[in-house]
Amino acid sequence: MTLAEAIFLTVITASTPLLLAAIGELVVERSGVLNLGVEGMMIMGAASGVAIAIITGSSLLGVVAAIGAGMAMAALFALLTLGLATNQVAAGLSLTIFGLGLSGVIGAPFVGVPRAGIPRIEVPILSDIPVIGAIFFRQDPFVYLSIALVLGVAWFLWRTKAGLVLRACGENPVSAHALGYPVLRIRFLAVLFGGACAGLGGAYLSLVLTPFWTAGMTAGRGWIALAIVVFASWLPWRAMLGAYLFGGLIILQLHAQSAGIRVPSQLLAALPYLLTIVALTVIMALRRGGGQVAPQGLGRPFVPDR
Amino acid sequence: MRLTLERRDSTGMAGLLLSPLLAVALTLASSIVVFWALGQDPWRALNVYFLMPVSDFWGVQEVAVKATPLVLIAVGLALCFRSGNWNIGAEGQFLIGAICGGGIAVWTHGWGGPWVLPLMLVAGMVGGALYGLIPAILKTRLRVNEILVSLMLVYVADLLLDWLVRGPWRDPFGFNMPQTITFAPEATLPILFDGGRMNLGTVITLVVVAVATVVMARTLKGFEIKLVGEAPRAARFAGFDDKRLTLTVFAVSGALAGLAGVMEAAGTVRQLLPGFSPGYGFTAIIVAFLGRLNPVGCLIAGVFIAITFIGGENAQIILRLPRDMTLVFQGMLLFYILACDTLILYRPRLVPRRAPA
Repeated sequence: MTLAEAIFLTVITASTPLLLAAIGELVVERSGVLNLGVEGMMIMGAASGVAIAIITGSSLLGVVAAIGAGMAMAALFALLTLGLATNQVAAGLSLTIFGLGLSGVIGAPFVGVPRAGIPRIEVPILSDIPVIGAIFFRQDPFVYLSIALVLGVAWFLWRTKAGLVLRACGENPVSAHALGYPVLRIRFLAVLFGGACAGLGGAYLSLVLTPFWTAGMTAGRGWIALAIVVFASWLPWRAMLGAYLFGGLIILQLHAQSAGIRVPSQLLAALPYLLTIVALTVIMALRRGGGQVAPQGLGRPFVPDR
Repeated sequence: MRLTLERRDSTGMAGLLLSPLLAVALTLASSIVVFWALGQDPWRALNVYFLMPVSDFWGVQEVAVKATPLVLIAVGLALCFRSGNWNIGAEGQFLIGAICGGGIAVWTHGWGGPWVLPLMLVAGMVGGALYGLIPAILKTRLRVNEILVSLMLVYVADLLLDWLVRGPWRDPFGFNMPQTITFAPEATLPILFDGGRMNLGTVITLVVVAVATVVMARTLKGFEIKLVGEAPRAARFAGFDDKRLTLTVFAVSGALAGLAGVMEAAGTVRQLLPGFSPGYGFTAIIVAFLGRLNPVGCLIAGVFIAITFIGGENAQIILRLPRDMTLVFQGMLLFYILACDTLILYRPRLVPRRAPA
């Protein structure tokens, strides 16, 4: 394998958790709900995934547990923001604080316990193609799943009636309600989907990327996923582009460090965060002339009048 | 049957006070269940968490030391949140304040005078305010999401501190430990009582709470903050400039967080080292909400949360409970506050499901 191939491979693995969490949050925000608890759902997925995988010895059960944990956290968020119409920003923040704490408690007995990673899937014949084969057809199942999710979400949101209704709930919940659609139920399902995706992204962190648990191992990835959704203008394909861009940056920073570039390692470590700010600024500056903006009803609680 | 929410006609003052008390009671009830599930004696655990920290004067001083930064940051955040500005990067502004003030302590070490401490406090406030203005300017100029920018800047500030104390500011005689020199006496806040750690910072914080109370309740600025948050359209018709207000509240909350940072460095820790904040900037968000986004409320809430902070440390030692348990309770408390707040505004009611048409 050449160095370029190796770099591409690591970029894809670094990007996948971001992509998984971002595509879930994109659907949530399209339905008009702003869930700032992605970091909390992700870390709960990471902790539950590794705990169940170690206890049962099955990676698959670990992944299922991670998805379940993400959805349970999302359901808690939904209970507050949809059931009780609380402020979504505050509820999302508390979800993150709660998740960071609870994951530390759950993960405490498993700190540093090593386990085998999840094997890659080699697509027959195609994986033998030089360069492209190694990059695209010798990945772990999560990578394929994340790409399938982007395809599925793009198709669902723009090619199905259900997707149209979901977007309507995000743009104008009052009208959607007046037309007889159950706005809160649709938003609830979207929030659950977001939780499942975030949990899956967390599982990728603790089961594949670094096959062991450390407290706070998401290290702000949930927040970067939120930034990717804004960066992507709420469009699935751009979210994929954004995730790979950010993943690339993370890897670039690691390679620069190991190449002995004479820059403080802290500056390199700060790059993904700084570039998130720069990317958001540039995208907003470009968008001043018009173009796709946030769903109109994003972040506003909706209480049906009867 | 399904649950619906009906808006209440009036919300009484009693409900406003009842909600945080109810939230605290529900958190206590939930923590009893959690302790029991973890195989602990719930009463012993509650005693360790909530009573032991305030059982003697030394303990009370420790609570004050922890509550001081929490209250100071929360008062600033309350102004922000009230006006609909989501500054969640107070942790970063806190660290930058500590860096700016601490930098002066390191720089003047050995030749400073009585002017050092005031200069440090001012530098901390200015640093925090400028750092807080970054998301505010991006928000007002380009409508960039202030939540994400202020949060990303926390990580940047954290790494900046890490670099400084491992690199240029490292104590040359510190056995290569990543920390600065211990500040000279003229660069530290005076202790209030011998033998304790409570310092002048607590007094300054109480003054800030008093000033903020007057500003919110008695001045046009206070009215503007409340109006812009509750009815942005009406505020615009009234001629209030919401962009300028965004800049103001971010600068003020950044300055207060920065002041908290420099006072933590100069009063309590007396040097800079990595991870010297136990997440005060984030916990202050909970304090602000628990305190009903009201300065005096923040004071009461800050003291309560400080008690659980110390209780959590005690529980780690005495009960061998993971330290993250404190975060779980804090998150839970915030959930309950938000839920109880809804019950003030709305009346939940079970209604029969409508028959399909």
